[in-house]
Amino acid sequence: MPEFLWIIPALPFGGFLLLAIAGRRVSKTWVALIGAGSVGLAFAAALSVGISFIGAAPGVNSYVLDLGTWISVNGFTSSFSLYLDALSLVMVLVITFVGFLIHIYSAGFMAGEEDYARFFAYMNLFIGSMLILVLADDLLFLYLGWEGVGLCSYLLIGFWYKDPLNGLAARKAFVVTRIGDTSLSLGLFLLATNLGTLRIQEVMYLAAGRWPVGSGMALAASALLLGGAIGKSAQLPLQTWLPDAMAGPTPVSALIHAATMVTAGVYLIARTHLLFTLAPQVQTAVAVIGALTLVVAGLSAVTQRDIKRVLAYSTISQIGYMFVALGVGAWSAAIFHFMTHAFFKALLFLGAGMVIISVDHEHDMFKMGGLRSQLPAVFWTFLIGACSLSALPFVTAGFYSKELIIYYSLASPLGNRWLWVAGVLGAFITSLYAFRMVFITFFGESRFRVRERPGMIMTVPAAVLAVLSLVAGFIELPASAGKTRIFSTFLSSSLPAITIREAAPGAETALSAFAAIVSLLGIFLAYILFFHRRRYADRLTASRAGRLGHRFLFGGWGFDWLYNAFIVRPFVWIARINKDDFIDLVYLGMLWSGSRLSNILSISQNGKVRTYALGIAFGAVIALAIMVFK
Amino acid sequence: MIIVWLILVPLAGGLIAWYSGKRSASLARYISVLTLALMFGLVMKILLQDSAAIGMNIYGPWILEIKQEWIPQIGAGFHLAVDGLNLLLLLLTVFLGFAAVASSWTEIKERVGLFYLMLLWVLAGIIGVFLSMDLFLFYVFWELMLVPMYFLIVLWGHENRRYAAFKFFLFTQAGGLIMLVGVLGLYFIHGRQTGQYTFEYMSLVGTSMGRLTELLLMSCFFIAFAVKLPAVPLHTWLADAHTEAPTAGSVVLAGLLLKTGAYGLIRFALPLFPNASAEVAPGCMVIAVIGVIYGSIMAFAQTDIKRLIAYSSISHMGFVLLGIYAWSEVALQGAIMQIVCHGIATGALFIIAGTIQERTGTRDMGRMGGLWETAPRMGAAALFFALASLGLPGLGNFIGEFMVLLGSYRVNIVITAIGAAGVVSATVYSLWLIQRVFHGRDVNILKGGDLAAREMALMAVMMAALIWLGLFPQQIFNISQPALKNLRVADASSGAEILARKGEGDSRGGNIREGFRQ
Repeated sequence: MPEFLWIIPALPFGGFLLLAIAGRRVSKTWVALIGAGSVGLAFAAALSVGISFIGAAPGVNSYVLDLGTWISVNGFTSSFSLYLDALSLVMVLVITFVGFLIHIYSAGFMAGEEDYARFFAYMNLFIGSMLILVLADDLLFLYLGWEGVGLCSYLLIGFWYKDPLNGLAARKAFVVTRIGDTSLSLGLFLLATNLGTLRIQEVMYLAAGRWPVGSGMALAASALLLGGAIGKSAQLPLQTWLPDAMAGPTPVSALIHAATMVTAGVYLIARTHLLFTLAPQVQTAVAVIGALTLVVAGLSAVTQRDIKRVLAYSTISQIGYMFVALGVGAWSAAIFHFMTHAFFKALLFLGAGMVIISVDHEHDMFKMGGLRSQLPAVFWTFLIGACSLSALPFVTAGFYSKELIIYYSLASPLGNRWLWVAGVLGAFITSLYAFRMVFITFFGESRFRVRERPGMIMTVPAAVLAVLSLVAGFIELPASAGKTRIFSTFLSSSLPAITIREAAPGAETALSAFAAIVSLLGIFLAYILFFHRRRYADRLTASRAGRLGHRFLFGGWGFDWLYNAFIVRPFVWIARINKDDFIDLVYLGMLWSGSRLSNILSISQNGKVRTYALGIAFGAVIALAIMVFK
Repeated sequence: MIIVWLILVPLAGGLIAWYSGKRSASLARYISVLTLALMFGLVMKILLQDSAAIGMNIYGPWILEIKQEWIPQIGAGFHLAVDGLNLLLLLLTVFLGFAAVASSWTEIKERVGLFYLMLLWVLAGIIGVFLSMDLFLFYVFWELMLVPMYFLIVLWGHENRRYAAFKFFLFTQAGGLIMLVGVLGLYFIHGRQTGQYTFEYMSLVGTSMGRLTELLLMSCFFIAFAVKLPAVPLHTWLADAHTEAPTAGSVVLAGLLLKTGAYGLIRFALPLFPNASAEVAPGCMVIAVIGVIYGSIMAFAQTDIKRLIAYSSISHMGFVLLGIYAWSEVALQGAIMQIVCHGIATGALFIIAGTIQERTGTRDMGRMGGLWETAPRMGAAALFFALASLGLPGLGNFIGEFMVLLGSYRVNIVITAIGAAGVVSATVYSLWLIQRVFHGRDVNILKGGDLAAREMALMAVMMAALIWLGLFPQQIFNISQPALKNLRVADASSGAEILARKGEGDSRGGNIREGFRQ
């Protein structure tokens, strides 16, 4: 069965081609069937490949499928080869499954759109590229998927192209992530030049053999890869594109945040984890970047008015958790949080999308309010998503995955108490903004009359995700709750298990309990500020310090301002003033002086014999003088 | 003889097209298509029938060659030869020739016969440049291809065509004359040393000379080729010429004429002057990345759509220059790939710009916007080629840029990093073009609707070519690989490494000559 691995990415690509060529000639029903169907079939294919892979002979941990050579020049080769192991299998399953649900939802959400076929074509291309990214065995092939994902984000964020602001957001996403991609491509040059291969498994094997821990090459290679991961995963300081990416249709946001794109960086680091273990300083940098990002983005999320922007900052923050996990060597914990996050974040976006279309495409939460009774199905599913995001203890999947990361950030030999503090603080902030969102949107006085509730085609995918947001955590339970290790055991063939420091018995339970209480406190504070005593919150933002702080956080800590002032505007300015190319002035100057010289010399050609005679006489005198005095 | 037909067919076809154009304009068009079809047949015959020779190298360095006496008094011969390197360029020439004829189908309405005469004669001149293995003959073709190009711009160009045509002619003519000095210098030095006064390339390769002499002569060649390429700061003719030329002229200029500069560097400047080239290689790589960055910033600043594409060419040709002076097989394969793919992608963008101008009456992007709504097919095609030119993996241009940068990474990491940053600025101007022309609110200036079936077919063929090149580049590498081997770049000798081995410079020259004579 694994020899049919290629079918998984081929299906969405086929859907894309079909829709790109014939999309305008078939009915919307067919478009939706092709679009969602191809991803659904890809999921089915992934499932059957996965089952046969797991059922294969014990000891077989990976499978390589070579589809042909791409480039082979003077010792440098790159091939279209796919690699299946536990890690890529988990990624493929989550991508195709969540992607499938989002596609079904889109069939309803985008029903009124003229460009229905274009939308589904891009969505299929997105899934296909992401599958290449996670299945590729060769880093250059991975890079193809990597850039394909970036392209699709551009195409889909700018899907409603008539508004120039959407175009701006789309270009920003592509350009900012491409800055990271440039770093990644330099990493590829380094690896190919020094190791002679770009096959990930060979790269890791050779690197481990040739580069001692902490050596310059290992540091440079992993730092360059990290640069790529930061761009795609929207971590500091390249996170600015993600909040603006909310300009795209909501299903796109769900896809970008849950199943594709932003998780690519996490995957890349997990995939090449051996390189990072060779470079402890860089690995620490991963953790520090993650910790900083999760707090910075979380605080911005607390101040947003646009429901989608809250979720955008939330994603940046949650990916920060995954980076912390990667940074402390808790590889499988990062992937675990990726999976639960995919479920609850997709759910939250689908819910937000249903809210938005129910209130005539209003994004401002403060203009909604009291939607609980009018949209009960949306409310309950959204609430489950928010609980899972806030890591509500015991019953939600988010609790188990997040607690694990927070615990490891202290217990791992690479962890330290600052990472732990950031994680706990982040947990508090998370539940604060999650429930702020819930209270403002669904409680309070109702300001909107909902004319039409979203149909089954949208609520069912959300319901499925809601169930998963609750139960998906039970495959990996801490010692205090039964100690199940299904997930990390499964991944252990691709990602080494974490070693933890010796600790007092019961420490894990105590730490977990503390973090759980902190999340509950966040929910409680949200209840006070945004439901019970709204005026406290109002008073806080009305004060001078509060206003300034609010503006600072609302604007994303001034990163955009900084980049505009120091990069974008100087670039545009230089381009504008030099539009006519100053180098051309040199040649125009030559032209000008040439014609002036000709004018001057032509004065002598005036046709008067007298002048010529005078000239001859002068010349003769000078010539004689030279001869005499030589 | 087939090799001579490659030049004679377009010359004759042009004359017939001109003659018949006096009766019927469409007859001239069909005759041009027929001529190109004949040329395509000839190239394909070489590619398919004699391709066995490419891999096995059984005829020595050449797949095909013809060598006759021409002006024996001065030692100029009529020597044309095909190897994998110029075979690819011949293919590109015919391919873009079709594109040029197709794109001027409705655009050119006056003096149609004369137009196709000039167009086919430019192609003949370019093919002559690619095939000549005698420096005198090379120089003749080099000058010859300028004249019809000048007339293409000055007779069928846009508003400011006279200025642009003069500028184009002066720049390239000045470059050509400087090259002539170099050719003559080499001719006399070689003649004095061996007593055999000849312009024959194979004999001149490996001429030993003093360091300063070699540097001077190399500079003569370099300047001529750098003007054509163009390398910053010799590029300013390009924006005007490309912008004012008719669509077919822009396609030939960007797609082929610039490539003669790159080809000249690979074929002549480096093999004739290996030591001097190695010495200046770091400087040339710096010039190359300056071109990459400067071209892309300039492209971003433009408001005229054709000017934007013209400046993007400078940026892309910077990659070619970078690959050439990295002088390793990986980098040179990348440069050749970039030559081919840039020809197709930029040619296609110029064709789209031409159709936009035809339908809106303007090239000013400030007056455009929202064209996607009325012309989605045109928008999709433009988006595709914009993506190709920003180096999206899966399309040919990516392979070119990646290989160039991979090759130059060994030589100099900092230069490579700057070049890689050029990919980001390419993203900026490419997407800006799409935004200003196709996105935003529809301003309703498009008359004549979306791309017609003929135009769409042309676009589809060009798209398919880029996808094919992006996914199966190996076929191209296999064709050019033996030719590069003959140029002695098969080993990983980069400019820097050659420089390190400078002490054995003379014997190295000898090696190269032997390589050609094996």
